[in-house]
Amino acid sequence: MTRRAINNQAGMGASNPLNLQPGAQWADCLSRRHRKAAVFSRVCFAVTWMAAALLGLLFYQVSSDGLRWLDWQFLSSFPSRFPERAGIKSAVVGTLYLIGLVIVIAIPIGVGAGLYLQEFATKNRLSRLVELNIANLAGVPSIVYGIIGLAIFVRGFGLERSLISGALTMSLLIMPMIIVVSREAIKTVPLSTRHAALALGATRWQTTWSHVLPTAFPGILTGIILALSRAIGETAPLIMIGALTYVAFLPEGPMDSFTALPIQIYNWVSRPQEEFHQLAAGAIIVLLGLLLLMNATAIFIRYRAETRL
Amino acid sequence: MAVDKRKARITAMMTGKRNSDANHLYGRNIRWGERAIHSSLWLCAALSIMTTVVIVIILGKESIGFFETVALSDFLLGTQWTPLFEPAAYGVLPIVWGTLLITFGAAVIAIPIGLASAIYLSEYASVTTRSIVKPILELLAGIPTVVYGYFALTFVTPALRAVLPELQVFNALSGAIVVGIMILPMIVTLSDNALKAVPDILRQGAYALGATSYEVTTKVVVPAGFSGILASFLLAISRAIGETMAVTLAAGATPNLSLSFFESIQTMTAYIVQVSLGDTPAGGIAYQTLFAVATLLFLITLTLNVASQWVLKKYNEVYD
Repeated sequence: MTRRAINNQAGMGASNPLNLQPGAQWADCLSRRHRKAAVFSRVCFAVTWMAAALLGLLFYQVSSDGLRWLDWQFLSSFPSRFPERAGIKSAVVGTLYLIGLVIVIAIPIGVGAGLYLQEFATKNRLSRLVELNIANLAGVPSIVYGIIGLAIFVRGFGLERSLISGALTMSLLIMPMIIVVSREAIKTVPLSTRHAALALGATRWQTTWSHVLPTAFPGILTGIILALSRAIGETAPLIMIGALTYVAFLPEGPMDSFTALPIQIYNWVSRPQEEFHQLAAGAIIVLLGLLLLMNATAIFIRYRAETRL
Repeated sequence: MAVDKRKARITAMMTGKRNSDANHLYGRNIRWGERAIHSSLWLCAALSIMTTVVIVIILGKESIGFFETVALSDFLLGTQWTPLFEPAAYGVLPIVWGTLLITFGAAVIAIPIGLASAIYLSEYASVTTRSIVKPILELLAGIPTVVYGYFALTFVTPALRAVLPELQVFNALSGAIVVGIMILPMIVTLSDNALKAVPDILRQGAYALGATSYEVTTKVVVPAGFSGILASFLLAISRAIGETMAVTLAAGATPNLSLSFFESIQTMTAYIVQVSLGDTPAGGIAYQTLFAVATLLFLITLTLNVASQWVLKKYNEVYD
């Protein structure tokens, strides 16, 4: 038997090991297989840690660029042509308003739809269609939502390039996510909870409101926070609906024009000057800090819910 | 009358008719509040269907307007994309090509790394390592895309230019790299889930036959979880195609049919951003190109998403 043939069989070793005659060649072959396994596992190990190190690299790059710009003046000034006078006040306030409006719009509708689909809807062709539809909505690129927002809210409803247009567009974007996470959370509520409530004479809504929802609440809240942190970072839809990049005032009502943190970052990054890139890094630190805070809250809620059970 | 009503009630009880609605059975008032809540929840769910309908209607309507001016074949097969200047040409191929170039580059980077990481996490890593590395990779997924754009411009491109001086400031390569980093967590998480779902008994069987860990992984575990892995690749590719901010910042705005990763290109998404940054009047042909490009984008990503769901369903190995 040629060496090559043996190797080929060694490759299939698991399926037909009996053809391998014990001997020098066989031992040689076995040690090669083990070497291959060792190399493979180390490569996988190295690649994984390399990927994880990218996060460190990213944080390092951002903080080495941006930390020195981060002071009270930066947080409390409006954008400016002069880097040393520029700040992110209007962007931070705009982002907070935007998220506030998205919370008011998207959460009731999203959780409501989740409740309906999981608790009330009968399993038929329609509900399967809705399910498929939501899965596909979640995969639509965010910029397409931006275009839809531009066509409906900005142009169609005549809401102009205002906070409310931005909030409605963002709500469309994160609604599928909220529906999915609410359903997942509601699914985990044991059936016995519902049976107990119904057996005591509660109506379906009473059961849902005072038993299912409170039990599913931590899960829903965690999912909502994650969905909102996606909304905070989204840039493309806001650019589409024309969130202004230079706003030297604070919005006072939902019909005012606004800017948001990611828009401000985009604006600064797309300028050629080095100083503006560093300003962008400063704004990124604020944005990432906000995201980290939200994620930490989500983890904390999940942890508390787990320890209470 | 009263007797009739009672009789009817008893019949209903006996035959089990109307048992879907207890209120009728016992002749009480209908709970209007309950009904109202039920309907309003239904309305919420219906909104999600309406979103899709609205997306399709709006994209369709404006695209039809566009295709009244420009022939479909000119749009899909033309190799000149200059809708914003004179002479205007509406061949979408250059920006589709840009998108494909970025997506291809991102996939070449993210698929091997993502699969290797998923294998490491599911097959080799200890529980502690897993619980550290997985959240780190998930954090990578949570970083806004505009931050990746910043990273591409201020770190990746300068680093690449130190090695490859002929690289342009805006280039497809650094766009592809950051998009690759961006879709990596998606591949890792979904593939890892697919590998984890492969029952241990298959691994133990292979080990018992004398296979090494490499053979167990590549010949048993990965083939068994292949549908999930393939689905994760398709989803990640769909995500890369729809990715906007990073490629806009990193790859530039030059519609270009070039094969080179070193030159500036423009993706479909970057074109949409470029138009919306200018003050394009509604109803004009430039405004309509937005919808034509977005429709194409929508159809491509939708196809990929549906394909990934189909793969999951069709090739799903069920172990009982």
